[in-house]
Amino acid sequence: MAMDERKQANRRVVKRLGMAALLMFGFGFALVPLYDVFCEITGLNGKTGRIELEEALSQTVDEDREVTVEFLATVHSELPWEFRPMLRRIKVHPGEVIEVNYFARNMTAEMVTGQAVPSLAPGLAAKYFSKTECFCFTRQALGPGESKEMPLRFIVDPELPENVRTVSLSYTFYQAKPEEAGKEISMGSGTLDSIM
Amino acid sequence: MSTATTHDDHHDHGAPSGLMRWVTTTNHKDIGTLYLWFAFIMLLIGGAMAMVIRAELFQPGLQVVDPNFFNTMTTMHGLIMVFGAIMPGMVGLANWQIPLMIGAPDMALPRMNNWSFWILPFAGTMLLSTLFMEGGGPAFGWTFYAPLSTTFAPASTDFFIFAIHMLGFSSIMGAINIIATVLNMRAPGMTLMKMPLFVWTWFITAFLLIAVMPVLAGAVTMMLTDRNFGTSFFDAAGGGDPVLFQHVFWFFGHPEVYIMILPAFGVVSEIIPTFARKKLFGYSSMVYATASIAFLSFIVYAHHMFTTGMPVAGELYFMYATIMIAVPTAVKVFNWTATMWKGSMTFETPMLWAIAFVFLFTIGGFTGLMMGIAPADMQYHDTYFIVAHFHYVLVTGALFSIIAAFYYWAPKWTGHMVDERLGKIHFWWSVISVNVLFFPQHFIGLAGMPRRIPDYSLQFADWNMISSLGGFAFGLAQVFFIYVIIKTIRGGKAATAEVWEGSHGLEWTIPSPAPYHTFETAPEVK
Repeated sequence: MAMDERKQANRRVVKRLGMAALLMFGFGFALVPLYDVFCEITGLNGKTGRIELEEALSQTVDEDREVTVEFLATVHSELPWEFRPMLRRIKVHPGEVIEVNYFARNMTAEMVTGQAVPSLAPGLAAKYFSKTECFCFTRQALGPGESKEMPLRFIVDPELPENVRTVSLSYTFYQAKPEEAGKEISMGSGTLDSIM
Repeated sequence: MSTATTHDDHHDHGAPSGLMRWVTTTNHKDIGTLYLWFAFIMLLIGGAMAMVIRAELFQPGLQVVDPNFFNTMTTMHGLIMVFGAIMPGMVGLANWQIPLMIGAPDMALPRMNNWSFWILPFAGTMLLSTLFMEGGGPAFGWTFYAPLSTTFAPASTDFFIFAIHMLGFSSIMGAINIIATVLNMRAPGMTLMKMPLFVWTWFITAFLLIAVMPVLAGAVTMMLTDRNFGTSFFDAAGGGDPVLFQHVFWFFGHPEVYIMILPAFGVVSEIIPTFARKKLFGYSSMVYATASIAFLSFIVYAHHMFTTGMPVAGELYFMYATIMIAVPTAVKVFNWTATMWKGSMTFETPMLWAIAFVFLFTIGGFTGLMMGIAPADMQYHDTYFIVAHFHYVLVTGALFSIIAAFYYWAPKWTGHMVDERLGKIHFWWSVISVNVLFFPQHFIGLAGMPRRIPDYSLQFADWNMISSLGGFAFGLAQVFFIYVIIKTIRGGKAATAEVWEGSHGLEWTIPSPAPYHTFETAPEVK
């Protein structure tokens, strides 16, 4: 190979591999939405969906089947709140729209804002569990010593696999920055939204 | 391809003198030497950290260092050894040997080569400087899982992030250089399927580097913005997910372990045929096995995450895919064994290291298979069993191969034979102590001792003490290695061009020590 020819060939290799490296850098970031999409499709991560109330009410109720829904609550160590479900468990028929409440109380003398993040176990049941209203859709602010009952309205899809008899819905409340109170975040693709 | 037109302007003089020679050099041999020295210094620094770890674990209870510093030591030891010692060591071998083995006058991109090296000392210094910062250095383990490395990490973590960026740049440039060299600089007649296996393994490793180092750069960039710019990639409170970090990290991390071991396979595939005085058994199957290991490395990474609550289907897939890697790896081990079969074997120092590699790396491979079985991994996860496994593949695997490569090629580099008696002392000292060091860690791991904890429960005391004693002996053996290296550079029996009776390949056709400029006229390969 002659000198110039070789130089050209080298330049070509550098250009192509440099592009490949850049693409892979992008791919690393692309993994973020891909991960969300993958979890949404498969319901792997226990991320629950959100639907409109009308849609939920139009479902046919499967009166023959009963599913137990358990409610759990965790408070992140940095958030000085009391947080618990008003009801530990409930038996529901798939297709029924159910409303329950969680209780939260700010134990400090200051205004504090929190964000609840849901997770459903078993993860594979997550895509059959939808909410029409949830305190986790927006950030919640509580004044000094204030307490609040926060509603949650959900529906279990009649398509839920036969072998699932109990699902556990768990919320973790995190501290959020005060200026973000009331700001809506969508849980399905939360990662993307919060970057924007 | 025409020959004889490949010389550059300064082919009639040797190496320039003075310090600036090393700063401005574009010579592949100089740069190879710089890489090897850098790697060796990092090996000693990382080794000193390992000594602190083993001293603390000598007895149960907290006696030598405080727990946060202990965590800093385990973290920095891992980072320094992976990014400072093994990877640059392998690149150093590539720089020295690839042009000599394919009959090229130098690397394809000599100036970029200079850059790839000279980034390293700065990145290494930046990483080490975190030890002296307020709040201490990174203490979250070399895998730097979020949120430990984001929400709960010391301020020095940002320096760690930039050090990783720089190391990544260096690796990617080095990889591009190697691919360009292999594609464009081969001597006439040196077809791809005639290339020595060391060149082949590095060629494939370079593609792995280009594919995954940018993903690592992405992961640390996300950490950086999570820490400083209010994003929530890995923060559940903001809608992110800490498990996402593990996915991104191991997408890099699993190919990374093959980046460290594939060139080692190459080194051993050069040494064994020389001292068995036979051609390498199954050359083409070796090439295909290397390529399939590289491919498989991308689709098995979640076996590091069996305990994150993956669904059964995912566990099964990653389990079977992981165990599949045993097939090409076994092809390699059987080929090495078949190469030795009925060969006229002699046991000079490099051969001893190479045989130890085959034997001990395979032990590490077998424990890897055990951990690949998802239900069994629930017990092994994050215990000393894991520590024992990856030290068998990285110390008695990757590191042993670099040491073997030194004993094998040092006569070509320095012009002096290595003192066989000292080499054998170094070998037996290392191979015995390294097993005393790591083999007991299998037992304490299976018994339930977790990794990365400075204190442990009393029933682990005896094996920990034995392991520590082995550790101190192994550390001392590498100090002895400094003496062997310096003695070899200073003098010794003059080496012939062939060096070894059974040697084969282009690097043994040039005089020892290798002249500053070689193959300015491309050799003819039959």
